[in-house]
Amino acid sequence: MIENRWMSSRAWFLPLPLLLVMAAIIGWPFLWTLWTSFTNAKLIAPGADWVGLSNYINALGNPLFQSALLVTIKFTVISVLIEFAVGLSAGLLLDQDFRGRTLLRALMILPWALPTVVNATMWRLIYQPDFGALNSMLTQLGMIDGYRSWLGEPSSALWAVCLADAWKNFPLVALICLAALQSVPGELKAAATIDGAGFLKKFRAVYLPFLVGPLTVAIVLRTIEAFKVFDIIWVMTRGGPANSTKSLSIVVYQEAFSFQRAGSGASIALIVALISAILTAVYVTAMRRQAEVR
Amino acid sequence: MSRRRQRLIKSWLIHSAALLLTVLILAPVIWMGLMSVSSTNDLTTVPLHWIPAEWDFSRYVKLLTITENTTGAAFTASLRNSMVVAGLGAMLALIIGIPAAWAVSRMPRRFSWMLHVSVATYMLPPVALVVPMYFALSGMGALNSVFSLALIYLSILAPFTAWLLKSNFDNVPFEIEQAAMMDGANLWQIMRNVTLPLAAPGLTTAGLFAFLLAWDEFFYALLFTSDQRAKTLTVAIADLAGGRIADYGLIAAAGIIAALPPVIIGFGLQKALISGLTTGGVKG
Repeated sequence: MIENRWMSSRAWFLPLPLLLVMAAIIGWPFLWTLWTSFTNAKLIAPGADWVGLSNYINALGNPLFQSALLVTIKFTVISVLIEFAVGLSAGLLLDQDFRGRTLLRALMILPWALPTVVNATMWRLIYQPDFGALNSMLTQLGMIDGYRSWLGEPSSALWAVCLADAWKNFPLVALICLAALQSVPGELKAAATIDGAGFLKKFRAVYLPFLVGPLTVAIVLRTIEAFKVFDIIWVMTRGGPANSTKSLSIVVYQEAFSFQRAGSGASIALIVALISAILTAVYVTAMRRQAEVR
Repeated sequence: MSRRRQRLIKSWLIHSAALLLTVLILAPVIWMGLMSVSSTNDLTTVPLHWIPAEWDFSRYVKLLTITENTTGAAFTASLRNSMVVAGLGAMLALIIGIPAAWAVSRMPRRFSWMLHVSVATYMLPPVALVVPMYFALSGMGALNSVFSLALIYLSILAPFTAWLLKSNFDNVPFEIEQAAMMDGANLWQIMRNVTLPLAAPGLTTAGLFAFLLAWDEFFYALLFTSDQRAKTLTVAIADLAGGRIADYGLIAAAGIIAALPPVIIGFGLQKALISGLTTGGVKG
């Protein structure tokens, strides 16, 4: 694109408001957090001493940090894998011809539009141990012997939270798949059908090349988002039982605000940021590759 | 014959899969709706009464009645706060996003780094920003205020809005702007009289997406608000769900009310959402 000559002389002030606001509410807090992570700053007491890397070293050696890292990785992998599997299947289904297809496509918006906190609350009610719908349904179907505390037992809590998260987010993956599948030329689909290609063969030869790019982007975006998870876990379990759902973001929140250890909390927050940065780098590379294909 | 049978089986499979997907999406939400109108008796029997014996809308009345020091007063206050914060946040995001996105769209070589930097902030978890924000707000005596919250929300809304707006401005041909310039229009006149009217539908879309993001926000609201003056709907619902209230129907009714505006907006945005998805411009 040819740059607009007429604009350039006076254009420097156009992006200024955005830059100033971003510097004030993202740049400055980030630098402050970075500095604090090398000090023993407390949330309320004044004064802080430089402690070098010891917050980071302590964090990496802290069993709570290690367990939270593991929980975060588990949450991310389980949720994203479910979203990917269900989303892809739903996307393939919505690409087929059937009655009510338009309506079903529109319905996919519903979980996506539901606020995260409402989704978490809804599933908390469904998983409720004494009168919850899941217990009642599974009992009536004869699939469990007695009511269980899905969010109250360390063995099931993380899975229950992951399923709730996947329910809200799989439609986005499905819609991304659908959009990609709609860009497959109709002749290509028809030709594969006439050749009598089986589903798997057709999927690999015709659909997959169109799906790889957008799906990679979707998965990486979802991974970054899942890695930062706070809201859904906080509302459903607050990290319990026995830390079995305590993610890194929840550990940072508690370090900084419940235990008032701002410095230590900052170091963990930056470890999360660093891992997200690596994931973002993967995302940008994936975007570039997709652009090249196009 | 076998060809026809194959097609029949395929059609049957597709229809049952579609039915399964419909149930999967609708069942939890319909159940939340049913809970909100079921009597507490129906909701606390084992096993459950799935269909309420009689419809009970009293929770909605309770939540939306404004009498001092009641659940309704707290809830309607949070509803109002959410409206103000999300509306104000979306407006501010548009005000600072429009000129920036316009400049990036017209002079990508000089300005596109800015968009990349602001989108890259997406990788920062809010926990990495929240402590200094807390200090700054408490130092200025600006905690527990809808205005500060809207300002803080710009850290989420502004990069996202600028990104959406940029691809929107790309679709406005700049030859029209050049023609206006030849006629002697200045930068401000071109933006107000030429570019913005042409880009108007996209501006609305970007504003609505920003509104949705702000409506959904929980973490900053949890930390920076403490009472009815600023608590948003997400915090109010988390309070209800985590509190000692045993009226599950009330919690469900609050969830339905909080979900209504974004669901309505979401259906309205369906087309924009799907076209945004094809270009990878929309995040979850």
